[in-house]
Amino acid sequence: MSLENSSLRELAAALAAKQLSSVELTQRFLDRIAAANPALNAFVTTDPERSLAQARAADARRARGDATPLTGIPIAHKDIWCAKGWRTTCGSRMLANFASPYDAHVVERFDAAGAVLLGKCNMDEFAMGSSNETSWFGPVKNPWNPAFVPGGSSGGSAAAVAARLAPAATGTDTGGSIRQPAALCGISGLKPTYGVVSRYGMIAFASSLDQGGPFAKSAEDLALLLNAMAGFDARDSTSLDRAPEDYTRLLAAPVPGAPADRPLAGLRIGLPRQYFGAGLAPDVAEAVETALAELRRLGAATSEVDLPASDLAVPAYYVIAPAEASSNLSRFDGVRYGHRAAEYGDLVDMYCRSRAEGFGAEVKRRILIGTYVLSHGYYDAYYLKAQKIRRLIAEDYARAFAQVDVIAGPTSPTVAFEFGAKTADPVQMYLNDIYTIPANLAGLPGLSIPAGFGAGGLPVGLQLVGNYFDEARMLAIAHQYQHVTDWHRRAPAGY
Amino acid sequence: MQWETVIGLEVHAQLSTRSKIFSGASTAFGAAPNTQACAVDIALPGVLPVLNRGAVERAIRFGLAIGAKVNRTSIFARKNYFYPDLPKGYQISQYEQPIVEGGAIRIVTRGGEKTVRLTRAHLEEDAGKSLHEDFHGMSGIDLNRAGTPLLEIVSEPDMRSSEEAVAYARALHALVRWIDICDGNMQEGSLRADANVSVRPLGSDVLGTRCEIKNLNSFRFLERAIEYEVRRQIGIIEDGGRIVQETRLYDPDRDETRSMRSKEEAHDYRYFPDPDLLPLAVSEKWIDEVRAGLPELPEAKRARYEREWGLPAYDALTLTASRELASYFEDVVGAGIEPKLAANWVMGDVAAALNRSDLDIAASPVSSAALAGLLARIRDNTISGKIAKDVFDAMWAGEGGADEIIEKRGLRQITDASAIEKLVDDVLAANPKSVEEFRAGKEKAFNALVGQVMKASRGKANPAAVNELLKKKLAG
Repeated sequence: MSLENSSLRELAAALAAKQLSSVELTQRFLDRIAAANPALNAFVTTDPERSLAQARAADARRARGDATPLTGIPIAHKDIWCAKGWRTTCGSRMLANFASPYDAHVVERFDAAGAVLLGKCNMDEFAMGSSNETSWFGPVKNPWNPAFVPGGSSGGSAAAVAARLAPAATGTDTGGSIRQPAALCGISGLKPTYGVVSRYGMIAFASSLDQGGPFAKSAEDLALLLNAMAGFDARDSTSLDRAPEDYTRLLAAPVPGAPADRPLAGLRIGLPRQYFGAGLAPDVAEAVETALAELRRLGAATSEVDLPASDLAVPAYYVIAPAEASSNLSRFDGVRYGHRAAEYGDLVDMYCRSRAEGFGAEVKRRILIGTYVLSHGYYDAYYLKAQKIRRLIAEDYARAFAQVDVIAGPTSPTVAFEFGAKTADPVQMYLNDIYTIPANLAGLPGLSIPAGFGAGGLPVGLQLVGNYFDEARMLAIAHQYQHVTDWHRRAPAGY
Repeated sequence: MQWETVIGLEVHAQLSTRSKIFSGASTAFGAAPNTQACAVDIALPGVLPVLNRGAVERAIRFGLAIGAKVNRTSIFARKNYFYPDLPKGYQISQYEQPIVEGGAIRIVTRGGEKTVRLTRAHLEEDAGKSLHEDFHGMSGIDLNRAGTPLLEIVSEPDMRSSEEAVAYARALHALVRWIDICDGNMQEGSLRADANVSVRPLGSDVLGTRCEIKNLNSFRFLERAIEYEVRRQIGIIEDGGRIVQETRLYDPDRDETRSMRSKEEAHDYRYFPDPDLLPLAVSEKWIDEVRAGLPELPEAKRARYEREWGLPAYDALTLTASRELASYFEDVVGAGIEPKLAANWVMGDVAAALNRSDLDIAASPVSSAALAGLLARIRDNTISGKIAKDVFDAMWAGEGGADEIIEKRGLRQITDASAIEKLVDDVLAANPKSVEEFRAGKEKAFNALVGQVMKASRGKANPAAVNELLKKKLAG
């Protein structure tokens, strides 16, 4: 098998067997990026010298005999993670000149594991978008068809992994920004339980919803990546202080005592009535049904569950996320770093011009919405009410998880759409995340894995949402599915 | 018409933690600009706040000291506004659920004692500092102070004069130092007050429209600003005008307050719970631990001084102005000196000498033990109270301990009856006129004779013995 199609374990084995060095592996991916990125625009920044220096250090470390499973493996980071010495733009003109003086916790963790930072991936501006069309650095193309969006906001990371420009990548997910692009690009992506991955050094969009997670070709790779990313960080007050766990531990046997040919026997999968109704495209529905039949063949039982507050999720999200964002983005004022207008009159004029020039239209729209819903006299009607809805959604899930072990359904209501198809109507754009947003509101883990293809030969994603801290079992279910299917091995033509 | 002034104060006390409320940067005063501002303080993209337990502990101390309710759960909110010295574009502060609610502080003025109720006290972070000079038309920003922990202490509108407001501010100042949560250094901005002032016709129970005077950083400015503001408001109303609710600034150079912004111009701060910080939970156990670590409070000490030691209320109040003063006084009493004698000396000669030398009690050149040594010599009649003052001055000047000075200067009191009798005889012989006057019924003459004897003894004769002997001789 070619290097770019290898799993992380295969790459680690090749490195361990000295079949190749990290420098060779890194160079290989850098070459692929150099060739493909002008068309795909998946990377905002690469720095081959810096990456190769890390690769040399990784080779030396391996030679010393203290390699980890990720030592020498190149990983691409969504450009939302601060990495010392790297330009960290968050897809915005506001930070187009910002070189971070410090490392995010996640970047530190990958450094500590000996991974190589391959480059920074394009994204929707400040993670606000579902199509990667809001980036100051231009849209990312979907490797399956360059006329179509890769999804967002972590579209660069998803496209990079799908096009085999990186073995793995990181992303962040506030309302679906890992799962939706993973689905639209035909790869695997995981949003962990809120608090599992530290947000320190991750540029905030909506603090109570943001959660970092990995992209890879397979669930097994995701588990290895999460082992590195997860962990308590005292610098993030919402980071959970839990004993470290090995997310690969259940891969081979998700259900204790299940027979080898029916490894999911005894597993109860809930299918939310609300996720299979109007609005779900027939091609996606068909692919998801086929995937569910596969899960049943593996021994799982499926039953319908009810998540009655689901239809309130998108409206609630578009109150809470903009509210938090309007405040989080206040620090970008042109005073200390970031974009400052070249000419201005007084202080207020400096703020207005710097922010008018530094932020794009979607970011401005959300700052306006967020400012509005937090305003005196509107707070109770919007923000407080949205928080109550959030509680209802969490309660829906709690009731469902009393009946089933995991929830399955489509990740996105459609396959990838064409550039410009939804830019004129923000609400249509927002409805893309209708199946992913509820997990963020409840803080639950969710993942998306490739489950075949729909119209135009574009990928379809199957979403699993689990109970809090159930990542290991969810990854194992996905792994078992990937054991009997090969959707995750399919690469877009030309890559 | 007679007017009544109504005042409520919001006092910001800088908590004495070594590091900031949400970051590990130092809070030390006076460093070069921006040398004590870390990534969190300058609000780099991606940084997050982590609450300093020490700041919470100090807020709990305060709550317990004023008999307030310490909330088991309190919430940090974001107060959103743009200003260059506010790096995040919002201040983290407690809004709907503060850590401390209620409580009261007793104050003493010429009008007597009074209780001022507190509304609440909440934790928040300070902003940085904008420097508008020396930058040739630009402004400099110093973020050293950004993130410094503050306790904002809000009173009910219970004060009725500038005197009461100052007494309250002083009581608060003494208390925060007493319980060791704030250094009280007003010049460095460690304690500053905003005063809400309104007036109303005497007897009315409806509050007038108030103005808030911001950032008063001395007791004197607080007093002057309130007095000016009261005159201003009464003047407007008596001229048929109306008070406009607004924020005002006091200008000490011109001794007046000036409008800063009206209610209409006020910001909409768009408060909402800070999603980066969990609700602050304070356990019963933590509160118990903090309570156990509290020193005896001034209130309790005052009561004890009056009850156990029979001190007048004024003495008890004066001696509990600070923990250091009280502890000095208690050390003197602990060395076996009668409380009233000790109180008189500590509040009198010691306080006067400290005042002259501009020193704190802790830096007194005469230690509590040394003072007790001196007072013991009064009690055992080695010296008179009058001589003791001279000995004290010598001790203050560093000439040694009381006994050493008494010996060296030969100040030991003459108690030997025959020695005193000789002095008395000499004085009677030398002052026949006074003796005649006394016998004619002039009491004053007696005092003059006592004075002569004392003078002849150079102050060393025991005054009681002199009195007694003189009376006997003159009667004889």
